[in-house]
Amino acid sequence: MEWLDMAITAGIWALEILAIAVPVALTVAYTTYVERRVIGIMQIRKGCNRVGPFGLLQPLADGLKLFLKETIIPTNANKLLFVAAPVLALVPALVAFAVVPFGETRLFGIWDKEHVMAISHLNVGLLYILAISSLSIYGVLMAGWASNSKYALIGAVRATCQMISYEIAMGFALVCVLMLAGSMDLAVIVNAQAGGFWHWYIIPLFPMFLVYFISGCAESNRTPFDLVEGDAELVAGHIVEYSGMWFATFSLAEYGAMILISLLTSILFLGGWHAPIPALDFIPGTIWLLLKAAFFIFVFIWFRATFPRYRYDQMMRLGWKVFLPWTLAWIAVLGICTYAGELYEGLQFLSDAIGFYQPWRS
Amino acid sequence: MLEAGFFYLFAAMVIVGGMGVVLARNTMHSVMFLIFCFFNAAGLFFLLDAEFLGIILILIYVGAVMVLFMFVIMMLEVNQAKLKEGFLQYLPIGGMIALILLIEFIAASGSGVFHTDAIAAVGHFGKDVNNTVEIGKVLYTQYLLGFEIAAIILLVALVGSIVLTLRTRKDAKYQNISKQVNVRKEDRLRKVRM
Amino acid sequence: MRLIKHALKTWLLWELVKGLALTMRYFFKKSITVEYPEERTPLSPRFRGLHALRRYDSGEERCIACKLCEVICPALAIVIESEEREDGSRRTTRYDIDMTKCIYCGLCQEACPVDAIVETQHFEYASETREALYYTKEMLLEVGEQYEAQITANIKADAPYR
Repeated sequence: MEWLDMAITAGIWALEILAIAVPVALTVAYTTYVERRVIGIMQIRKGCNRVGPFGLLQPLADGLKLFLKETIIPTNANKLLFVAAPVLALVPALVAFAVVPFGETRLFGIWDKEHVMAISHLNVGLLYILAISSLSIYGVLMAGWASNSKYALIGAVRATCQMISYEIAMGFALVCVLMLAGSMDLAVIVNAQAGGFWHWYIIPLFPMFLVYFISGCAESNRTPFDLVEGDAELVAGHIVEYSGMWFATFSLAEYGAMILISLLTSILFLGGWHAPIPALDFIPGTIWLLLKAAFFIFVFIWFRATFPRYRYDQMMRLGWKVFLPWTLAWIAVLGICTYAGELYEGLQFLSDAIGFYQPWRS
Repeated sequence: MLEAGFFYLFAAMVIVGGMGVVLARNTMHSVMFLIFCFFNAAGLFFLLDAEFLGIILILIYVGAVMVLFMFVIMMLEVNQAKLKEGFLQYLPIGGMIALILLIEFIAASGSGVFHTDAIAAVGHFGKDVNNTVEIGKVLYTQYLLGFEIAAIILLVALVGSIVLTLRTRKDAKYQNISKQVNVRKEDRLRKVRM
Repeated sequence: MRLIKHALKTWLLWELVKGLALTMRYFFKKSITVEYPEERTPLSPRFRGLHALRRYDSGEERCIACKLCEVICPALAIVIESEEREDGSRRTTRYDIDMTKCIYCGLCQEACPVDAIVETQHFEYASETREALYYTKEMLLEVGEQYEAQITANIKADAPYR
């Protein structure tokens, strides 16, 4: 019986993983479509509308084309790492979705307690996400080194500098969220923001929200920060030598990271699956979460349609000289505000104001 | 049973990774083996319910330190053939160190400190105890002094490395970005009546 | 006061918001795309597309083999051979245009004294082989017959400006 139980557990896990991975893959495919359409419309063009109704089959056509293309390995490339790089890029982007909570459910009343809809409900979910997203550098770095090409190498070096710099700011922005929620469990963080938009962390942490989202752009190498693949000077950066499906794997990873950042931003700052006003709670939480995430994906695309690429030194300055001090200062401010009342009676109102967002204190 | 299986899997992989680091011909492959090694070590931490330590290992070592390692190796063009040339000549001294370490390990494990009776009962607290909170409490109360000293040493190292590498060249024509960013329309633009 | 305003603008990313607002405005504008195979932009009567050789209403071909077009052609795309016909008139035996060489400058049309060689508004004649782009006299005459109405209309429309 023990084996049967284990088999059933494994089966449920497999189903859970499929239930997350398949929609994520589909979303990635259709994000490319949405991106082309939205940028098209913003440039008063139409975007792709030829393949299927409204061009909806375009991602399939693209995928098919890329599958059928020849994949070329440069003669002097390090073959093992060249082939491993796209996988190294894609795996962290997908693995990170394991802890993303998509909502809470009683499964139509079958369970008597609310269960978190995540493949794995970790109590260090936030840290896990940070760790996994820091791994996505390896794909880029390996691709750049293994291609044995100047452009690819420079692209990879830039990517690494960029990701390391912005990870710090990102981490500190998340520390602020931690200080309010008092937990690294993503579900706890979301539930700390329950009860209307005035409980959302975007209000006390608005600068951190900006820092997090902009760093997210930099982490996933999206447009104002896509100088990793700056086509004007580096052709395509680390993906110069890649073709066919391996090339597609890199863009899958990029869009996967973009969706992840969108989901996380809504979870950490916009109350996750909670409706903006409690009266709207009859709409399932998952829909709210997906709506918020969709909005951020749109913002990512909107950024791409609007902003020109950063210059490299400007990007470094933004990361180290603006975001880092800003986040550090905010951490100090939050900490002082939290305990201001204990230090000096007259400052109790500060502690009370912050305490409103800190369920762990009451 | 499953747990023991995973333990042996992770442990074996750590050893394979470690061997790979030393034996790989390509330095880049060595680094990849080291990363692999760290991953499996993190797996061992997870088996011990120390998820915080495991993830921190990945975050710090794999996510940051190894990237910098790789960075340096990418920039150096190491001639592997030349490096391997005198490999055997170090065998006596290397072998001796290895032997001493081995004897030490055996002595340490035989001393009874690591005996199953000497260690508190193996159990899983993961569900009830939040590692992160507990580590934080210990770190900021009992070990506060050590923690702060470590922090100051790191800060000194940080400042020192910056001071050592920072040099401003008078002839370099680099841009001052803060100045560029702070430019206002009024400073640059002059309306002329025609 | 100005300093505060400046700082506020910086921290609230005012310039970025302005840029985003601009693209958002364009998001709601009507797209100006002309979806080509179904919709087309209007063509000028002077449009220079595929060449055609014309005939008079009587059916007699206009070309008198003066070879001015061959001479003026900057891409050397035109090849003409001529002989005297039985009735004594000077006519071409060969009039070939290599469309892969032609740069569609329209100088042959300008040079022609009898409006024999003209360029039509037809431009969708891409082919998969180079051979199919080598137009002989028969093919050019056929193009002329096919588009005669359009050619006359275009010449008439353009006449006031010549």
